[in-house]
Amino acid sequence: MAAMSLLSARGLIRHFGGLRAVDGVDFDLAAGQIHALIGPNGAGKTTFVGLLSGRIPVQSGTIWFNGQDITRLPAHRRVALGLAYTFQITSIFAALSIYDNVALAVQRLHRRDLRAHSMAHLARVGLKGRADQVAGTLAYGHQRLLEIAMGLALEPRLLILDEPTQGLANAEIDGFKALVQGVVGQTTVLLIEHNMEVVMDLADRITVLDGGRVLAEGAPAEVRANRAVQAAYLGG
Amino acid sequence: MRVWGFHLAVVALLFGLQFVLPPYHFTNFARIMVLAVFAMGYNIAFGVTGLLSLGHALLLAAGMYGTGLAISVLGWAALPALLAGLAAGGVMALAAGVLALRTAGVAFMIVTLMFAQAGYLTILYFGPVTGGDEGLVLAQGARVIGGVDLAADTPRYLVALALFAFALLANLALVRSRLGRVMVAMRENEERSRMLGYNPFAVKLAALVISGLYAGAAGAAYAVLFGYVGASFAGIQYSILPLLWVLLGGAGVVLGPLVGVLVMFYLIDLASGYTTAHLLVVGLALLVLVLFAPKGILGSLRERAWPWLP
Repeated sequence: MAAMSLLSARGLIRHFGGLRAVDGVDFDLAAGQIHALIGPNGAGKTTFVGLLSGRIPVQSGTIWFNGQDITRLPAHRRVALGLAYTFQITSIFAALSIYDNVALAVQRLHRRDLRAHSMAHLARVGLKGRADQVAGTLAYGHQRLLEIAMGLALEPRLLILDEPTQGLANAEIDGFKALVQGVVGQTTVLLIEHNMEVVMDLADRITVLDGGRVLAEGAPAEVRANRAVQAAYLGG
Repeated sequence: MRVWGFHLAVVALLFGLQFVLPPYHFTNFARIMVLAVFAMGYNIAFGVTGLLSLGHALLLAAGMYGTGLAISVLGWAALPALLAGLAAGGVMALAAGVLALRTAGVAFMIVTLMFAQAGYLTILYFGPVTGGDEGLVLAQGARVIGGVDLAADTPRYLVALALFAFALLANLALVRSRLGRVMVAMRENEERSRMLGYNPFAVKLAALVISGLYAGAAGAAYAVLFGYVGASFAGIQYSILPLLWVLLGGAGVVLGPLVGVLVMFYLIDLASGYTTAHLLVVGLALLVLVLFAPKGILGSLRERAWPWLP
């Protein structure tokens, strides 16, 4: 394992029957970066981060987070260690108020000033004025923002964003990019993203998955120039 | 502030009722308040945390027999026997919960149902100690605390009210606490709660133990206040009744259990004055409820008029 990495995975495998969703992935994530994970549909991206976050059990391989072997830890223990995951399909508490959604994330960390902390996190995504609104009544784009606010409210060392811009309008995507750039320095971001423009603008480093394996890894310019990546995306 | 004031006003109203209620209803209300404590416990598991248990009779019976046997077999005084019943409810919920919470949904319903049936059969099996089908009648001399005879109408009413008031305010504090928020989160979206760092098993177990303490307290109080401990309270009926009470009054609403027990009690009471098929009337009332107010009486009120009602 690389000593400087916030998160390292070695030989991760997860098959579903005959489907080799994740098939021997080695992965290192440096602290303080925005690291994007891309790949064609069915490349195994969501399964891979499912293994990292603990939502899906690892078949074989090892995961270290912050120097600790977390391979067998349940998901909630990993969150407590500072590994936060925001859902690809928006998964907020639709029946609760927006305030309660964020307060749930905040209250595990802060014994005091729950309200002040929660409101600060809502202000960051521009939802402060709607704190008492029922979360399920928010527009889709705002629900995505609330989801991210809940992730940030966990004050994680690593924030995994699973397709955060999916279904957002262009103006909303610009707001999202500014938001993610604003959290660099406070947290490391692992970004699973289809929108190449977002990836190229935000990422310090990119890993490309294809068929459950790492196809390429490097800086954005390197990955863009990589013929194997072009082939995987363009079917060449 | 308004919330606490409203609930205290309900307690004050129940206190005042003792001066106007005729004797028959006086006893009924004492019974209703004790059963409402049981229903509140059920509401904490089902209404707040989303755990649909079909085995809460086990927890009621644990409290009832914990107190009843402490008095009849061990010869304990009423006060320590009450505490034994309270503890029995909590311990039984812990033991059953550790096993049953390995399941969820329909499997959880079936496992809790089976646990309760096992408890019921255990009570019958040890008939020589538990009184079996006939149950135990507790001697009046054993139902005294500090020289006050709890079998008398007024002390009985006041003890039932004190228990109810404490249970109600504790319930209100719970749902407004951080733990209460996490319990609701488990009901609403367990997977998301887990990804916020909460252990679903631990939160649900805590909810069940609190629920068990409520059921245990209600069973213990019933034994001492009404002097009877019976296997019928461990039967399937007393697992289904709290579910119906809570649905009728409003699942997840703190005052829902009281309203549910009260309405159901008098519905049966009135209907049985006219017909022996009083359960038919109850069934029809529940149909009407499902069709026109699926959130229960207070649940609908909260939705339409009183959004502040916890």
